[in-house]
Amino acid sequence: MSAPTTPGGEQLLFERFGDRGPYFGEFGGRFVPEALIAALDQLDEEYSRAAADPTFAAELDRLQREYTGRPSILTEVPRFAEHAGGARVLLKREDLNHTGSHKINNVLGQALLTKRMGKKRVIAETGAGQHGVATATAAALMGLECVVYMGEVDTRRQALNVARMRLLGAEVVPVSNGTATLKDALNEAFRDWVAHVDDTHYVLGTVAGPHPFPAMVRDFHRTIGVEARAQVLQRVGRLPDLVAACVGGGSNAIGIFHAFLDDPQVQLLGLEAAGDGVETGRHAASITGGVSGVLHGARSMILQDEDGQTLDSHSISAGLDYPGVGPEHAYLASIGRARYEPVTDAEAMEAFGLLCRTEGIIPAIESAHALAGALRAGRELGPDGVVLVNLSGRGDKDVDTAARWFGLVSDADLVASEAERVAAPVEDSEGNGW
Amino acid sequence: MSTTTGTTTTAGTATTTTGRASATAIDAARAAGRSALVGYLPAGFPDRAGCVDALRASVAAGLDVIELGLPYSDPVMDGPVIQAAAETSLRGGTRIRHVLESVEQLTSAPDGERAPVLVMSYWAPVLRYGVEAFARDLASAGGAGLITPDLVPDEAGEWLAASDAHHLERVFLVAPSSTPARLASTAAACRGWTYAASTMGVTGARASVGAAAEGLVAASRAAGAERVCVGLGVSTGEQAAEVGAYADGVIVGSALVRALSEEGVPGLERVVRDLAAGVAGSRA
Ligand SMILES: Cc1ncc(COP(=O)(O)O)c(C=O)c1O
Repeated sequence: MSAPTTPGGEQLLFERFGDRGPYFGEFGGRFVPEALIAALDQLDEEYSRAAADPTFAAELDRLQREYTGRPSILTEVPRFAEHAGGARVLLKREDLNHTGSHKINNVLGQALLTKRMGKKRVIAETGAGQHGVATATAAALMGLECVVYMGEVDTRRQALNVARMRLLGAEVVPVSNGTATLKDALNEAFRDWVAHVDDTHYVLGTVAGPHPFPAMVRDFHRTIGVEARAQVLQRVGRLPDLVAACVGGGSNAIGIFHAFLDDPQVQLLGLEAAGDGVETGRHAASITGGVSGVLHGARSMILQDEDGQTLDSHSISAGLDYPGVGPEHAYLASIGRARYEPVTDAEAMEAFGLLCRTEGIIPAIESAHALAGALRAGRELGPDGVVLVNLSGRGDKDVDTAARWFGLVSDADLVASEAERVAAPVEDSEGNGW
Repeated sequence: MSTTTGTTTTAGTATTTTGRASATAIDAARAAGRSALVGYLPAGFPDRAGCVDALRASVAAGLDVIELGLPYSDPVMDGPVIQAAAETSLRGGTRIRHVLESVEQLTSAPDGERAPVLVMSYWAPVLRYGVEAFARDLASAGGAGLITPDLVPDEAGEWLAASDAHHLERVFLVAPSSTPARLASTAAACRGWTYAASTMGVTGARASVGAAAEGLVAASRAAGAERVCVGLGVSTGEQAAEVGAYADGVIVGSALVRALSEEGVPGLERVVRDLAAGVAGSRA
């Protein structure tokens, strides 16, 4: 890999890359109201200018090193790997980034663009709260006003992240229409954006949405794979046989996949949330169980009924609980370059517990889907195999869910706290003191 | 009634709009010295029969063109009033075939209660149904065409072809943020009329209609738009008169939905009469 370097000779973390959209095969495009086209064009132009501007790359680089803590490390997990057919398993530790997940990579890039465009306000959607927290963080760092839309159901599931965002000075708006989850938070963010495009940038949190978001967000995450590829080469002396990542909208997965696209010997495996099982209909596996359609501004694989109405998705993981997926994944699946497999709640939680006990690392439940995929793939590859897993986030936010799942705390305590939470929903405790 | 000619963007074939066309009704209003009144309700709201009855009564009260919404789970262009109505309709089991049935009932209503029907739909349902199949079935139900709030002409290849084949009107939107180049390409892609969004925002009644609207209508005409109707924010007769003075049609949605849900058909008729009085004589 001949990655670009700074004048000082260090490898640049940000690099614009390949397929720029708007289409990835038949997927992608811009299925949005005309009112948003000018803002998308402005973003596309500003991003193109920024990507060619060494001062932009240098500033993003500095933030990634000095604020996020990049490059993230690579950790080999031999005790966990004993359960993966003896294959070597290496984790790309995006969980160690500031704010606890890969989401910050994209957010810092978009926040810098916001400033370049002279806009003063950012909005974001969030499901698990990780992207909302990352956006609130960048807004605090750069002095931007920040509003985060979050499904009302999710504000309850992830109440601590609501508090984190408010601590960081963001306004959190619970969205109660539709299914009151992530897809409705996206709808509300688009509505806000249409009405405030002059001073507001929409920091979309994954590689979905209208062009240029899928290509741009991918570029900001591409550093994950560029780093990991070099790290694996150095550590193992060869490329991995397989790269595994969980797929919600698909940002962490595309980020780690991209640097390996031209290495045909490296299999790319995306793990989708199968909830109770794809066959039950209660899942969030858009590629495995969806159809080609339009949602949130792009053509991609979508969970929808025969009338094109979006179906509810289901997953124990709020960050994967989304009925669509980024168009580039739909494309990679269609040409067979990447493979997408479902992982149920139960399989993900088993892998979650296993990593905790064997390696002392508590993963995000999202990332646990990738770990479950790695266990499966490792058993197929056998002892000579090398598997790279994107550990996209840490599990602090998921301790409550895990405690319930594994019955770690007395039921009475949990039931009581849940009851209290429902009785005093977060929207009633607006943190005006901040 | 005069037959109007719309130009299409494909292969230079000029297509004649048919008697069911909304453009015909807009031209008739124009000939009578006024702007046309275009009214929106989501199909299946408050229920399937109720929606058809309400729209027939509205035509009798002065509505010139019906805009029948195809309810969708993720309506990003709609404010709370229409979102809630669409949810009600979907919960009531409204399917695409029901929407087409409603089109048929409306276009076969007796004289005096009948008006051209355009369906307003987000793109996901049409794409899933099949663009060509939807065009075919809409035409055979007597529908005039389709308004597409989240489909820009750039992405509309399949729909341009299908609407040509089935002689359907296609109404794309322009917004205050549209560049002159986009106003021109959108106007060229429309057949029937162009929908000018009065303001940067979603549907919903507003105290005043966006100041940008008049300029947008003029710019659209300068860019080649044959007819331009204005929507978003109009709820009163006074606003309808103001907008009707410069637009070929005045589009009202949320105010009708609200009147129907709060006061039933009599309330709806009152609002339509007020709006119709507003547009009367608007372009004399
Ligand atoms: C830790 C973590 N991983 C993965 C995801 C899923 O997003 P994506 O598929 O865009 O990486 C999320 C989303 O909230 C997340 O928090």
